[in-house]
Amino acid sequence: MAWGEFKDIHAERRLFQRRIAIALVVVLVLFGVLAARLYYLQVFQHDTFTTLSEKNRVQVRPVAPPRGLIHDRNGVLLAENRPVFRVTLVPERIDDMTETLERLRDVLSVTEDDLQRFRDRLQEYRRPFSPVPLLYDLSKDEMARMAVNRHEFPGVEVEAELVRYYPHSRITAHALGYVGRINKEEMQSVDAVDYAGTNYIGKSGVEQFYEDLLHGSVGYEHVETNARGRTLRVLEEEPPEPGRDLTLSLDIRLQKKAFELLGDNRGAVVALDPDTGGILALASKPGFDANQFVTGIGVKAYRSLSQSPDKPLFNRALRGQYPPGSTIKPMLAIAALDSNATTREKTIWDPGYFKLKESGRRYRDWKRTGHGWTDLNSAIAESCDVYFYQMGVEMGVDTMHDYLARFGLGVNTALDIPGARSGLLPSAAWKRGARGEPWYPGDNVNMSIGQGFMLATPLQLATATAVVANRGEWQAPHMLRQVEGEVSAASALPESGQQDIQLRERRDWQYVVKAMEDVVHGEKGTARRVGRGAAYRFAGKTGTAQVFSLEEDEEYNEEEIRERLRDHALFVGFAPVDDPDIALAVLVENGGSGSAAAAPIARSLFDAWLMELPHGDAEKAVVAGSDTEVASDG
Amino acid sequence: MADRDFIRQMPEQSLGGERGLLGAIHLDPWLLLLLSVLLCAGLVVLYSGADQNVAVVEAQGVRIGIGFLIMVLLAQPDPAFYRRWSPLVYIAGVMALMAVLIMGVGAKGAQRWLDLPGLPRFQPSEFMKLAVPAMAAWYLSRFYLPPSLSRLMVAVVLVLVPMVLIIRQPDLGTALLVGAAGLVVVFFAGISWKLVGAFLALIGVTAPALWFFVMREYQKQRVLTLLNPESDPLGSGWNIIQSKTAIGSGGLTGKGWLSGTQSHLDFLPESHTDFIVAVLAEEFGFIGVLALLFLYLLIIGRCFYIAVYAQDSFSRLLAGALTMTFFVYVFVNIGMVSGILPIVGVPLPLVSFGGTSIVTLMAGFGVLMSIHTHRRMLAA
Repeated sequence: MAWGEFKDIHAERRLFQRRIAIALVVVLVLFGVLAARLYYLQVFQHDTFTTLSEKNRVQVRPVAPPRGLIHDRNGVLLAENRPVFRVTLVPERIDDMTETLERLRDVLSVTEDDLQRFRDRLQEYRRPFSPVPLLYDLSKDEMARMAVNRHEFPGVEVEAELVRYYPHSRITAHALGYVGRINKEEMQSVDAVDYAGTNYIGKSGVEQFYEDLLHGSVGYEHVETNARGRTLRVLEEEPPEPGRDLTLSLDIRLQKKAFELLGDNRGAVVALDPDTGGILALASKPGFDANQFVTGIGVKAYRSLSQSPDKPLFNRALRGQYPPGSTIKPMLAIAALDSNATTREKTIWDPGYFKLKESGRRYRDWKRTGHGWTDLNSAIAESCDVYFYQMGVEMGVDTMHDYLARFGLGVNTALDIPGARSGLLPSAAWKRGARGEPWYPGDNVNMSIGQGFMLATPLQLATATAVVANRGEWQAPHMLRQVEGEVSAASALPESGQQDIQLRERRDWQYVVKAMEDVVHGEKGTARRVGRGAAYRFAGKTGTAQVFSLEEDEEYNEEEIRERLRDHALFVGFAPVDDPDIALAVLVENGGSGSAAAAPIARSLFDAWLMELPHGDAEKAVVAGSDTEVASDG
Repeated sequence: MADRDFIRQMPEQSLGGERGLLGAIHLDPWLLLLLSVLLCAGLVVLYSGADQNVAVVEAQGVRIGIGFLIMVLLAQPDPAFYRRWSPLVYIAGVMALMAVLIMGVGAKGAQRWLDLPGLPRFQPSEFMKLAVPAMAAWYLSRFYLPPSLSRLMVAVVLVLVPMVLIIRQPDLGTALLVGAAGLVVVFFAGISWKLVGAFLALIGVTAPALWFFVMREYQKQRVLTLLNPESDPLGSGWNIIQSKTAIGSGGLTGKGWLSGTQSHLDFLPESHTDFIVAVLAEEFGFIGVLALLFLYLLIIGRCFYIAVYAQDSFSRLLAGALTMTFFVYVFVNIGMVSGILPIVGVPLPLVSFGGTSIVTLMAGFGVLMSIHTHRRMLAA
């Protein structure tokens, strides 16, 4: 190949010029393509992309409404909302979750328990791109450390959230219930739109029952966010409608008193206002701190609560079903008088036992020597079992069942207290169905003193006692006293299905009330010791519920087990006798005798309510003042 | 030989020599003006694209300064100087590319840099954007044009060798630019349309083969993403969706300087490097992009003018090739950002942040100016 061949310079130049012309055409055409493409994107599809860009930039975020507050009857806060700083992670924005968690542990004090709860929450239902909390209630130090290291943790945010807080949680947990993180099932049962920003829902008690009122309505904010989802500013706000504040009939002072009086015992107190049915105190011991359930309780803490032999999570006042024992004697006395099974004057001979037939089994009276000649008054005041055995046989199960049901036994009459149980009011039909056995006359004997199959909750006993206090007028038990912005609670409360008890002779009420008064003020009353020195007259009835009947050959050495096999002590009553302000039921598990363990508690509560705690019931206005301050139970 | 000897006999009278100071330092005033306008406009957009980070703008200013220096430097020698040295530079370049494959350094699975003791770290492939067209022009301009088929084959091989070496790094974007620069020389040399047609047909046939044997997984992914970005909106489709959104939401007149939400809220990736035209489109609208295209067109037009008036085949071919390389940069970049070409790492020339491309491009303009300002009076 030779270098420097002959070249036609002019021909080459012309050839080149033609090629450059072609290249220029190519350039123009391709620039035309680009221009057309840009025209298509920027002019033709401008609206589409503007929408996309706005969707990128502006996010509409639901804003959870602040939950309604809960006050006691004097305006003391029982449930409030506290801003809490929490660390949340958006899993969608975190590439390596394990590594991020590992590094977060260098900055924050994250325990194994926290991590476990976080992993559980990851598994739970949640909206995509919604933050999953890792830690609540950051300390100032942790906040500062997170602020410094924030850029190292994409997808990790520190945000403030209003979290439910119960200032008197240990003593009110069973009365109020609590809120907790909303779960998948609950999410399906509520309006998804209204709960779009809500993380908590009432799980039990008042919090659950009045969820609709307390929740409020969702609001929205339009926020400008960057590509990493970090909020830069709020452009527009549509504020949420806060939940309604509730006032309960509960008096935190009485509640606290009841709680203190129960001491270290397991037990329950239910006190209510007979005029309205409003619950003044609802205590179950041991209590627990509901605050730890709000943000999710740790596995260990939950285990120690749920596995404690004292069952602190068990609401004895509402769900504890106990044999009512002699506490239902006043109601049975009404039944006996009204059904002509006995009269106000009739006396019987109590030799210390009762026999259905001459040759039959002896049903013993609690007093082995017997009460001798006894009328209905002393049968109640001295709690004569034999008198009631005889009346029970006389009336039969159907009559007893009929009357006791009218006092609310065997049914749940609570209007706004979820979880309350209905106890057990046996009938012949029930026994055939449940036990496959006929109703024996002996069952009547047991039923007549509230033993056998019969079970009732402290709430039911307090309610039935209030009916006696009201001389037959029914006031269904409830917690709500007032809804913010409403004149009364009536519109929010369900209707009661119970009818007032009409007796053939109205003075039978007075007779039974007098007998109950004699329990505490009579010379031979079973609880005469607690009636001593009272500045007012009150009425009551002691009761003892058998936990377990010991077999002859059984032996227990351990103190603990013996203690737990002791009878439950019960007391029901109301005060003052003539125009009752308060009716209550006291249960002390394994307390032994009702007069010794339960009655003194009742007396102290009567004293407190009638003498020490000012409670203007006439004025419905809620007063909050320094005299209503109650120290939080630590 | 005759050709060159003839020129040597001409009196030393440069055509550009009398045009004042610029002429004295061999700069073409029109090209200089157009480039300055583009660079200044580029800095304005960069300030916004880099989220008002002055440090980025300053760094870019420094690179532009270096680029200018190199342009002035390269404008000084006579084109004959480039012609003479082309083969040597080419061979050195190919060797450097081989060295890169053996001992190169780099990141993200690609070896692109050569770190030789005593020399600053550099990227041989970048340098080949000039060396390959120069070599092809040198080879083809030695013979009569249009070239014969066998010489054409040699020229194509001269282009393909460095191209394949660059593909191996792998750096598809640069390989395409280098290949385009070399093949454009062949085109300008005047190959017959039949061959052009055959070449295009060959590409059509080998494209599937490239797909299966040459292209890496991530490269295939880019092509698939182009066809359907919505298939993976948060992953590989993110870039293209966000850049189209930025461009489209800009509309006719744009959202205003520094007011582009897509770029300032970090939705647009690489907003100050490869995707900077999306920032321009979002903030200055269709009108702004048209103005940019027009500016590019003016530069290309001026370069074509230089090429047409170049005095020997080597200069013509090289000038034409450098111009077309510049054009390919513009087309590929805007094409990929606006979603009609797959994403390859090609910056927007003289606007995107990044040193290497600015220096290479300014070097090319330096050579073009050399070609234009060293013309002599010819007896036509």
